[in-house]
Amino acid sequence: MAATTSMVTSLTFTIPSLGFRLPTRSYPCVKPQRRFVRKAASNVITATYELKAPPYPLNALEPHMSRETLEYHWGKHHRTYVENLNKQVVGTDLEGLSLEDIIIVTYNKGDILPAFNNAAQAWNHDFFWESMKPGGGGKPSGDLLDLIERDFGSFERFIEEFKSAAATQFGSGWAWLAYKANRLDVENAVNPWPSEKDKKLVIVKSPNAMNPLVWDYFPLLTIDVWEHAYYLDFQNQRPDYISVFMEKLVSWETVNTRLEKAKARAAEREMEEERRRKEEEEGKPTNEEDDDDDLEMYVDNDNDDSEAE
Amino acid sequence: MALRSSITRRTLTLGLNSTMLLPLSRSLQTFSLPDLPYDYGALEPAISGEIMQLHHQKHHQTYITNYNKALEQLHEAIQKGDSSTVVKLQSAIKFNGGGHVNHSIFWKNLAPIREGGGEPPKASLGWAIDTHFGSLESLIQKMNAEGAGLQGSGWVWVGVNKELKKLVIETTPNQDPLVTKGPHLVPLLGIDVWEHAYYLQYKNVRPDYLKNIWKVINWKYASEVYEKECA
Repeated sequence: MAATTSMVTSLTFTIPSLGFRLPTRSYPCVKPQRRFVRKAASNVITATYELKAPPYPLNALEPHMSRETLEYHWGKHHRTYVENLNKQVVGTDLEGLSLEDIIIVTYNKGDILPAFNNAAQAWNHDFFWESMKPGGGGKPSGDLLDLIERDFGSFERFIEEFKSAAATQFGSGWAWLAYKANRLDVENAVNPWPSEKDKKLVIVKSPNAMNPLVWDYFPLLTIDVWEHAYYLDFQNQRPDYISVFMEKLVSWETVNTRLEKAKARAAEREMEEERRRKEEEEGKPTNEEDDDDDLEMYVDNDNDDSEAE
Repeated sequence: MALRSSITRRTLTLGLNSTMLLPLSRSLQTFSLPDLPYDYGALEPAISGEIMQLHHQKHHQTYITNYNKALEQLHEAIQKGDSSTVVKLQSAIKFNGGGHVNHSIFWKNLAPIREGGGEPPKASLGWAIDTHFGSLESLIQKMNAEGAGLQGSGWVWVGVNKELKKLVIETTPNQDPLVTKGPHLVPLLGIDVWEHAYYLQYKNVRPDYLKNIWKVINWKYASEVYEKECA
């Protein structure tokens, strides 16, 4: 059963529509899955978020992840997050923002706002489906493998650590492989680490809806360890589920594509910062002249304490 | 916590009940899986036998196993004066110990219909519920709303503040016991809303699980605890 062909729906005016996965998408940040729907009896255009289908039919991951699991996990859980997000966002300031922007805004530096859970879970699940493929597993190659070996010692050690993070995320949550490009966010300090050494792969785990976007990491791979992700197939045996995921489901091609994007974005940011720093330096001489004028205005005795002003 | 003795037919696991003696120290108590006072299938159709068996034999047992392990490690670390390890172990103790505490209460909160499951509370607890919530229906509605709204994994509780003698409804995340919400709170009734508690039967429809579980809630136990605290 191909999920895409069975999901044909027509746009209705007032109900958020279920859509297809659009053919051009960028990883991992989902370009806004927006469909502009004109509400009947009003001229208001509203943007809604769509439930994207996984990039394979719902039975394609069998026997490692059953069709039944996909039907519930994608068809009910993921769908509900998207629908509830739409309800929460409509008519608010969040309307029209990309999913990633909503996540950052509603994360609100830890003081979480109501739409965060639905937005983050909508994003997390998109990212999760795309992290898997039929006939997945095996080993990465090229730059990705080099980085894994550099930052974890060996591919086997990486697998161990990832599995351990996934197994020890207590309660509901996710485990991630992410690209971390440290940028010191202090105005007058220069990051002392040489660029390349400072950027690295990390494994992190997060509870409930949290994801590494809020820490400004670039996610590369995730596994859902909420019980609903594995209970029908594995019951309480989360470690078995994790092993099967690593050995049979992970799409290393997708992870690789995401890594390339992560590196490109890190390079872009570095150039931005260089440019900004240069601008500031060039701006300095004019400022000094203004200071002299100020000094003249405020000095009314011979004491040299004008500097203290 | 009293363990009810039960007919062997009903008990499907025999837990460890040994006490380990360590040299130069007090003996360390290990915990074991309490028996269920009813068959796994006795709560059907509200909760399936399949779920009850997995929940009891796998989930609860795992919490106990890991709790015992963490306690042993804690004991060692205390003896060695290894404060870092003592602190590091706190989360494992909270998860697993909390899991053991909470599930031990949960099994007593449930009873087959023919043994009084679902029968509304009477006497002092019934009166307190009516006073505080207006009616039992109102309490149930509130519990269900809180339970359905809980993000991720956790529990929803009816508790009593033993200082103020007042009933409360609270939620706790993961396996945090009710006392983490207030040192004077005593749990009367807890409903597990971790997905493992209902998924095989109710899938994603947690509200249906919450609606149905009231048919097997053992108010007699809740009343006993209430009377003890508020006598």
